Amino acid sequence: MDTDLSDPLTRRMMALSGLLFVLFIIAWEWLPGLMKIPPFIIPPVSKVWSEFLRMMASEHLMYHTAITAMQVVVGFVLGMLLGMVVGFLLGMSPTAEFVLSPYILALQIAPKVAFAPLFVIWFGYTVYPKILVAVLIVFFPVMVNVLGAVRSIDPDIVRLAKSFTASRFQIFRMIEFPASLGPLFAGLRIAATLAVIGVVVGELVGGNTGLGYLLTFGEGAGNTAMVFVSIIMLTIIGILLYGAIVIIENRVLHFMPARDRRGA
Amino acid sequence: MTKRRLEFRGVTKRFASRKGDAVTAVTALDFHIEDGEVVSIIGPSGCGKSTLLNMGSGLDPASEGEVFVDGELVTKPNAHVAFMLQKDLLLPWRTIRENVEFGLEVLHRPARERGETALELLRKCRLSDFVDHYPHQLSGGMRQRAALARTLAVDPAVLLMDEPFSALDAQTKMVLQQDLGRTLAETGKTALFVTHDLVEAIALSHRVLVMSQRPGRIIRELIIDIPDMGNPMARRKHQKVGGYVAELMELLHIEEAVA
Repeated sequence: MDTDLSDPLTRRMMALSGLLFVLFIIAWEWLPGLMKIPPFIIPPVSKVWSEFLRMMASEHLMYHTAITAMQVVVGFVLGMLLGMVVGFLLGMSPTAEFVLSPYILALQIAPKVAFAPLFVIWFGYTVYPKILVAVLIVFFPVMVNVLGAVRSIDPDIVRLAKSFTASRFQIFRMIEFPASLGPLFAGLRIAATLAVIGVVVGELVGGNTGLGYLLTFGEGAGNTAMVFVSIIMLTIIGILLYGAIVIIENRVLHFMPARDRRGA
Repeated sequence: MTKRRLEFRGVTKRFASRKGDAVTAVTALDFHIEDGEVVSIIGPSGCGKSTLLNMGSGLDPASEGEVFVDGELVTKPNAHVAFMLQKDLLLPWRTIRENVEFGLEVLHRPARERGETALELLRKCRLSDFVDHYPHQLSGGMRQRAALARTLAVDPAVLLMDEPFSALDAQTKMVLQQDLGRTLAETGKTALFVTHDLVEAIALSHRVLVMSQRPGRIIRELIIDIPDMGNPMARRKHQKVGGYVAELMELLHIEEAVA
């Protein structure tokens, strides 16, 4: 994201990327026909586009997209906050970490999307089961990264702060919190893509709103183009969320050399 | 009578070892440092030099005996002493200036005062051109100078320094010793300086305390009779240095270790 647009090499590579996109669209439009692949297996891009316009007009595509996006964002933010709080608390208390770690590990290994039917039983066909799956899925990468960051702070930095008579809260605010930001954002980037998966699985399991619902509806109706449109919209939500994280990250972590940031 | 800035009275420190029995790190420490004095502590590795500094700063309590700073009994970290370690420990997310302000921020000093103090000290430490840089943009020597400015910013009565220059290359080290010597002489600060480097100890201090193997105790006090405290570079070249080095080598059994 620190790409220098004035660099001729970068511009050439970007042009190449754009060219690849154009080639992909051309191949999508004509290759299936040439290879005798029927449209209900791979609909050409023009068909997907007209399906997109139809869904906008008569399927409330934007409404369903907005519902999914809302669930993703709410689940993401709640999962992030919860992950940070638990990560910091466990990071500050080795005892708590020791006692809780087997359970946390077990929960981390359990496939979070498998909880979706359970949450639907609990909360019905509402937005809550979807948000809850997203919360659960976002929680772990955030919590693990924050915990790791707090743990890897050089104890001498904390001693130094203590020798300056820093209070427990000052140590948190001036050292532990800022030190966790790099790993936190690395975790958030992973979580951004996972949050979309969590919400979609929730929608697939039950409900009559969201892109996951349109996905199953299209499948039932044998409307492959509708499935394609839904997948593309989901991808766009994911890209926007990921992009937002990267932009915020670049603002917050401006002090880090770009190289270290990407490696985080 | 001059004021005693730092005083150890019959101090012993014991740790619980991994097997559970007590290990005595240092014992029977009895010494004091007067206002404006720079004292070095030298001794074999593992003799408890760092333990001694930790007790002086109030980070670790003494098992026996008492430590006083400015006549006050040390029981917890206090604003009278400031620490400087081998690692610069600059916070990577703070600019150099913000790092220097760290201690003042902990003490809730107003932003304007913090800024003025930091800029003044950074000027003295020849870092005026780097105030808004981040630590990773500076060389090791510059970072350690910034750490020195951060230590001085809280205006401590006593500076405790634990091998602050041992991670630097020989030339950078001499430049920083010069900076430190000049700054200490100009500000009249009191300092306790732990080092491995015999010549560094001699060049920077009024007195050198020699510690024994663990359990560490002070076995000898060497008064360095060389003028010009503000110029360690010149003191280094003084004719008496060779004699002091020889004496220290003998006390530390350095030649026996080779034989």
